[in-house]
Amino acid sequence: MKLAQPDAKMLEEVGHLAEVQGRSLWADARARFLRNKAALAGLVVLVLICLFAAFGGLIAQYERDFVDFSLMGANAYQGSPSIATGHYFGVDVDGRDLYARTVQGTGISLLVGIVGALVAVVVGTLYGATAGYIGGRVDSIMMRTVDVLMSIPFMFVLILMLVIFGRSILMLFIGIGLISWLDMARIARGQTLTIKNKEFVEAAVATGVKPLTIILRHVVPNLLGIVIVYATLLVPQMIIFESFISYLGLGVQEPNTSLGALMSLGTKQMNNGTLWMLFYPLFFFLITLFAFFFVGDGLRDALDPKDR
Amino acid sequence: MFSFIVRRLAVAIPTTLILVVISFVLMYAAPGGPFNSERPVPEQVMANLEAKYGLDQPMWRQMVTYVWGVVTQFDFGPSFQYTDRSVNDVIAQGFPVTLTYGMWSAVVAMVVGVSLGVAAAVRQNSVLDYLAVGITIGAQALPNFVMAPILVLIFTLWLGWLPGGGWNGGQWEYVIMPVIALSTSYMASIARITRSSMLEVLNSNFIRTAQAKGLPMRRVIFRHALKPALLPVLSYLGPAMVGMITGSVVIDIIFSTGGIGQFFVNSAFNRDYAVIMGITLLVGVLTISFNLIVDVLYAWIDPKIRY
Amino acid sequence: MALLDVSDLTVTFQTNDGPVNAVNGLDFTVARKETLAIVGESGSGKSQTAFAIMGLLARNGGATGRVAFEGNDLLSLSRRQLNKVRSNQIGMIFQDPMTSLNPYIRVSDQMAEVLQLHKGLSKRDAIAQAVQMLDAVRIPDAKSRISMYPHEFSGGMRQRIMIAMALLCRPRLLIADEPTTALDVTVQAQIMKLLGEIREEFNTAVILITHDLGIVADFCDRTLVLYGGQIMEEGPTAPIFADPSHPYTAGLLGAVPRLDREMEVLQTISGEPPDMSNLPAGCPFSPRCEIVREHCPTVKPGLEALGDSRRRACHASPAEMKQEMRDV
Repeated sequence: MKLAQPDAKMLEEVGHLAEVQGRSLWADARARFLRNKAALAGLVVLVLICLFAAFGGLIAQYERDFVDFSLMGANAYQGSPSIATGHYFGVDVDGRDLYARTVQGTGISLLVGIVGALVAVVVGTLYGATAGYIGGRVDSIMMRTVDVLMSIPFMFVLILMLVIFGRSILMLFIGIGLISWLDMARIARGQTLTIKNKEFVEAAVATGVKPLTIILRHVVPNLLGIVIVYATLLVPQMIIFESFISYLGLGVQEPNTSLGALMSLGTKQMNNGTLWMLFYPLFFFLITLFAFFFVGDGLRDALDPKDR
Repeated sequence: MFSFIVRRLAVAIPTTLILVVISFVLMYAAPGGPFNSERPVPEQVMANLEAKYGLDQPMWRQMVTYVWGVVTQFDFGPSFQYTDRSVNDVIAQGFPVTLTYGMWSAVVAMVVGVSLGVAAAVRQNSVLDYLAVGITIGAQALPNFVMAPILVLIFTLWLGWLPGGGWNGGQWEYVIMPVIALSTSYMASIARITRSSMLEVLNSNFIRTAQAKGLPMRRVIFRHALKPALLPVLSYLGPAMVGMITGSVVIDIIFSTGGIGQFFVNSAFNRDYAVIMGITLLVGVLTISFNLIVDVLYAWIDPKIRY
Repeated sequence: MALLDVSDLTVTFQTNDGPVNAVNGLDFTVARKETLAIVGESGSGKSQTAFAIMGLLARNGGATGRVAFEGNDLLSLSRRQLNKVRSNQIGMIFQDPMTSLNPYIRVSDQMAEVLQLHKGLSKRDAIAQAVQMLDAVRIPDAKSRISMYPHEFSGGMRQRIMIAMALLCRPRLLIADEPTTALDVTVQAQIMKLLGEIREEFNTAVILITHDLGIVADFCDRTLVLYGGQIMEEGPTAPIFADPSHPYTAGLLGAVPRLDREMEVLQTISGEPPDMSNLPAGCPFSPRCEIVREHCPTVKPGLEALGDSRRRACHASPAEMKQEMRDV
């Protein structure tokens, strides 16, 4: 083998390697996500639904709380969906325009879902990441607390609270936030531990990087991936949860409404042949959930392709 | 293993106590008591009622009396709204119902979910796989309060095959729809977890070794891959059980089955503290027990966890 | 008849970017009781060759050609027939002992099932034989330790367990895929010594797959040098090491740090490992070859015999090679 001119040749080769465009992990992930047709479709549907919730009311012909007395008692026959009467989705049991109500309900369900997920994510991630990063005794105590809290049947406590303290959206948010941050905390802590033990963090510490910088530059970006995935999967859970509560009559109160409340009302009227009252809110409920599921799955596959 | 269980129990007991305290405090802090709802009651009568039910005592004393009664005699006290029955009676009436369809739901969810998940994983990317994934995604969006009315619509209103509600002592026609409604979304989640976990396990080195040993595929799957693949499912089972218990509230309402969920909501509306406490405690204990069982099973499967 | 006769073996993977060949038209044989080393860099296709023989390729991989074991083409066997060969006639041990044993099953059960399946033994007899084999691979206190779980053993011991497990049915051929790569050096030496003893005692032929030339010299009768999924050179080990007839082999040998000479600079082979989806039509080594000719990248050099049962695939003659390469 030729005796190499060590420095010059080595530099040349290494330099050549550096010219090869590296793809960052995020670019990689985005490419994978975009290739996933189901996830893309889900994203499109989500955007459409958001538009519907935000602007759908513009083409409604009736106010959402306007009671159409002309239909009183004749809902089943004259209250069905039709373009002619302007009630695109028909009317609900009280004579209100179901289209406008569905728009409103979709918006509120989305809002509750997203805010709830956000609260859970922020609180849970901070809590879990702190526990994981500090480690030791503090970590033990913090996670034990989480374990204990997880054993408490929060649903029941929440129902209790809602009944006792009155039903309001605030109560709902508090309740939802209380329940969902625990899971996120566990996940964030686990992931932080894994990251903390990776060699690149060890290297950073060894070269004297300050803890805050380590957290911001090394821990958080690696945490982001899994947090985003779970946040996206958390939103549909929150929507289901809120719908459940509203179904029991304990969630959003009139004149506000949510998809869950609408479905509850629709169910009660099933026997009267007014199926549209259930169908439309159910439809929006289902496609919203599906869209979130597909997007969440797509994100998970994109950011962590082991699952294929 | 024994000391493991003991240690878990040691955590469980303070948890239960915390639960009692929280519930007590909540109810105490609530505006309105069990007796001021409908008609205004003369003071003297009110005082008598309160004395009878021990509500005139300071909170801490009520709590101690209560806990003592529960621990020593399993006596949850008299119900406030049903004047002729005790909480124990109420629970005794409702719990078997909930237990029956709850257990069946759990079994169905597990068996169907795991089978579907394993089949999909083994035949990855086949028609079966896509079908399974599609069904499970769909089913996950069908929580019990959505499934229930749909089932009633199809099987009671349209086809007339099954009764739309009631319990009738637990005959199968009355049990089957509640079970399907309750188990569907959990079955879907279990299937998805099983599938993805199984896929991961099937790609691991020790499965390759098993194949290199000439083992038939069935043995590789069931003897080598299944146990580790089920671990995440097991972790999910704890919250799933709890979810089914809370979901039973809706089942009770829609199908009028008369389980404890229904009693709970009614009692909440009627401020029947005793029943509320009793059921909350019961559910809490069940939750803790389920989590404990899940933990034990997990440690049993995974030999690396040894205490 | 040779024990194993591989002809024109090609392994193709279907990837998102199209089909990629990991192995390209491999031809070699292994005689009874012979040890063959398959040597190459990471990605040269050596492990995939082994997987193709055993039918353990990943889902998106397929093998064509002929792999005749005692006259029967393994590639044409059904899954059931292949299962009768695996572990029974051909044993295999893998690279990473830490993850190659099932952590959830006791060692005794994992080992016994091989004998129960292939030899129809009862569980008790199977475990008894397994204990004997563990003794043979020098696991201390085998009788009581066999009922432990894998994580209770060290890496070196787990590899021994793997070896023992692969030999339980006295297979005629043992494929060892980088058996010492994941172990530290002293353990490496022990394992290689063990393999040598096993070979003697059980008369097993061995295919040793490795990128470590150091363990090849002592152990293997013949060596096959692989690059880019193709054979560069093949023949008895000693002559190849003493007198390599291919630029790649020369490069590999030259890159081994020596204690018996003064060295100031570590020798390397310039360039990067090949992109398997984009190989030159001719010799795959041409981008990195020191003595590359103009026609090397476009014209594939066939395998020519080189006396003394050696083969090589290179356009330059051995004499030209010696002249043009320094430090050979």
